[in-house]
Amino acid sequence: MSKGAGANLLFQSSDWNFETLARTYDAIEAIALDELGLDVYPNQLEIISSEQMLDAYSSVGMPLMYQHWSFGKRFVFEDHLYRRGRRGLAYELVINSNPCITYLMEENTMAMQALVTAHAAFGHNHFFKNNYLFRQWTDASAILSYMEFAKKYISKCEERYGTTAVEEILDSAHALMDQGVFRYRRPPRLSSEKERERMRERLEYEEQTYSDLWRTLPPTSAGLDPTAAERDALERKKQLNLPEENLLYFLEKTSLILEPWQREILRIVRVIAQYFYPQRQTKVMNEGCATFVHYTIMNRLFDEGRITEGAMLEVLQSHTNVVFQPAFDDPRYPGINPYALGFAMMQDIERICVDPTAEDRDWFPDIAGSGNWRETLLDAWANHRDESFILQYLSPSLIRKFRLFLLTDEADENFCEVASIHNERGYEAIRAALARSYDIGANQPDIQVMDVDLLGDRHLRLQHNVKNGVLLEESNRDATLRHVRHLWGYEVSLVGIEAETGETLYECSTEELAD
Amino acid sequence: MPNFIDRRLNPKDKSLGNRQRFLKRAREELKRVIKERVKTGKITDVDVEQNVSMPARGVSEPTFQPDSGTGERRHVLPGNREFAQGDRIPKKAAGGGASGASAGTGRSEDDFQFVLSREEVLDLFFEDLELPDMVKLNLKESVAFKRRRAGFTASGSPTNINVGRTMRNSYGRRIALHRPSRREVEALADEIARLEAQPEAGAKHRKQIAELRERLEKLERRRRRIPYVDPVDIRFNRFEPQPLPNASAVMFCLMDVSASMGEREKDLAKRFFVLLHLFLKRRYERIDIVFIRHTDEAGEVDENTFFYSKQSGGTVVSTALEEMLRVIQERYPAHEWNIYAAQASDGENISGDSERCASLLNDDLMRLCQYYAYVEIIDERETEIFGTTDNGTSLWRAYRTVDGEWPNFQMTRIAKPADIYPVFRKLFGKQPSIQMGK
Repeated sequence: MSKGAGANLLFQSSDWNFETLARTYDAIEAIALDELGLDVYPNQLEIISSEQMLDAYSSVGMPLMYQHWSFGKRFVFEDHLYRRGRRGLAYELVINSNPCITYLMEENTMAMQALVTAHAAFGHNHFFKNNYLFRQWTDASAILSYMEFAKKYISKCEERYGTTAVEEILDSAHALMDQGVFRYRRPPRLSSEKERERMRERLEYEEQTYSDLWRTLPPTSAGLDPTAAERDALERKKQLNLPEENLLYFLEKTSLILEPWQREILRIVRVIAQYFYPQRQTKVMNEGCATFVHYTIMNRLFDEGRITEGAMLEVLQSHTNVVFQPAFDDPRYPGINPYALGFAMMQDIERICVDPTAEDRDWFPDIAGSGNWRETLLDAWANHRDESFILQYLSPSLIRKFRLFLLTDEADENFCEVASIHNERGYEAIRAALARSYDIGANQPDIQVMDVDLLGDRHLRLQHNVKNGVLLEESNRDATLRHVRHLWGYEVSLVGIEAETGETLYECSTEELAD
Repeated sequence: MPNFIDRRLNPKDKSLGNRQRFLKRAREELKRVIKERVKTGKITDVDVEQNVSMPARGVSEPTFQPDSGTGERRHVLPGNREFAQGDRIPKKAAGGGASGASAGTGRSEDDFQFVLSREEVLDLFFEDLELPDMVKLNLKESVAFKRRRAGFTASGSPTNINVGRTMRNSYGRRIALHRPSRREVEALADEIARLEAQPEAGAKHRKQIAELRERLEKLERRRRRIPYVDPVDIRFNRFEPQPLPNASAVMFCLMDVSASMGEREKDLAKRFFVLLHLFLKRRYERIDIVFIRHTDEAGEVDENTFFYSKQSGGTVVSTALEEMLRVIQERYPAHEWNIYAAQASDGENISGDSERCASLLNDDLMRLCQYYAYVEIIDERETEIFGTTDNGTSLWRAYRTVDGEWPNFQMTRIAKPADIYPVFRKLFGKQPSIQMGK
């Protein structure tokens, strides 16, 4: 029997080679596709060294990236921490592309390579391919060629216009990267040929029917009539599609001083920001999905006798490290660990489906006891982001397990108040607050372009919709405004309006800022 | 079966370009850090990797950030043990969760550390010394090599073809392969011409001509097939880089440490010494540094004492020269050591002593020294008054006479870092000619 079990093993030593990698991959793939029903992009596994991993870190995980000093800054920072032994490197890195590229570190043992393959090449990969945010906002098959284009384009610009000029534009664009995404609507399509054709015809018609006589008419009360000015402004706003939340998009399309190549660079930065936007909204789910997948698959492999106890122990140790959640008063507390929360929620859903308590039946009548946890999970992975996922699936039993509590913190009080704890009265509030803390749209400053008179003084007016009285950090705000002016070319002002009361909280303009 | 790609052999250092861009960006800040290092560190330490810490403000990337000190926010935290609803927690202790974490990340962002390579450090160090690029390059090379002829080789660049050797090979090959010589061919052609010129003499004659023609054609074919110079004949001169013979050098740093030498003067002097040391380090494998400080008496001290401790007293420069002479005689015989000396002073000297200094230099020291540099550190305002004129302190006037006599004596007045290099110009200027000439 033991002899048979030995032959069944995928690998025995901790060293890996391409043969064991391939054999293990096939075994993992069988479980992932047939048992878990995952649906993945074709995989491409790349073996890299630690230096290359550091390189990948500093270029935000993309295999290709244009050059900019801020990446160098990140690199020296990471490099220093790593060399001092203060920070380990990730075991893997995965790119949302088709084929899905996973980096495996050469230092990993074979057991780790198996874990990483299950985690990234199947867990993350499935999530990238199926989650609605990724499907809707990113184009996995085009990203690599787009990055190649971006890199070449920017280096060509550097040759032609000088590194400094390109760097200045990139600096300004990077400052607005968070304001460079569409949050609620898809980017508007370019106006179609038809539309342009119609505009041209209208112009021609106006030219033909132009009569100089009209000019001699006494001006209608336009200048005097305040409603006319208002109407003008309205018309203007409508034409420019204002208000606009995507500052980079607005500047790229509307700024009067930018050269075509500068617009293209803004566009590149904007496209990259948009590409990463879904990842920022699905940290908990993405990591939870990948962790759940690797945990399930590795256990399955072990049950089938395909990996040794030693390898399984190594896997479990690393898994436990990953899902470790220190308490809030622990010096190691870095915030809520997305791996821990995500994984616990996935497991919790499985438990609710298979073995629900009476409480679960109350809270989740749809899925409790249904037994088909695979479908439930696949459906959750496909159709939620962190915020909605937590709002939907965070169960009271998990709140108790994590012993979550809710603190309210008002700036002008010298204490925080415990608003809710893990009890009957607190579940709902905690769940809603936790979900909200993962809503990027709600947590990032909401800044929009309100108005600009292109024919007048071209003063660009931005508005910050202040929520809960949270203002902007001033030195950063002023420096960023300067970047906006750099791209806009004329004065820029920012008004902070309390979202609920409409009261003006602050006003600042680049005219007042010293350089 | 997935697609496996082994990227380990791909070129590394993809981030090098980004790193350089970052350093360029942070240049001013880094320069300040390095300057500080030169001021406080040891002379020999300028030339190594440096661990610098960098305040983030020079290279901040601003974005719109929520101000953590305003408004009302809610935190969900794990690990509740004792809190009940409605408990109030004073902020310092309990904000722990949220604000503690952000402070942690904030700190590491503020002041992050990284390592500058030796080249990068030197680049920054040289920047306001205004060295010519050629010199910078020379200083950064760690070992000097000289190319020496070393036999012949079958491959190389056309400029290195050794014609004599090539032709000798060609000749040998031609003999071995029986390549018909031009003379042979010409003789045959003459013979044919002669026969053809004769009046018609029957079939025999024609046959003879035909035979000769056939032979001529054979010879010519053979000549074509065996080239005069074949690629296999060609030989090139081979060169091998050979490290220049290294010897030992000793560098004497002489400085006036009386009260008139302030912080600024010492800083300038230090840069002056550092530069000389860098230069020597490039040429010599082993360098000893001897620090001699003096007031009205001189003594050999260690580096720390040399730069940082104060001594009170008058100023008698000749004591330092005597001390130097004593050290040379004791430990550094001139035939084994290359002796370099750098003296920094503010020009003050007790009256009557300057002449003694000049005679010490003229009679003893200059004979022993490879090179002697004297800098007088003056106020920036004084630069305009004095310039390079002969006027000045008695020490300056006395040294002026030495300067005229010895080509390896250099002296100048400096008021700012950029003034230092001209002192060494002669020393550095000599360098290329040494390397170029065999």
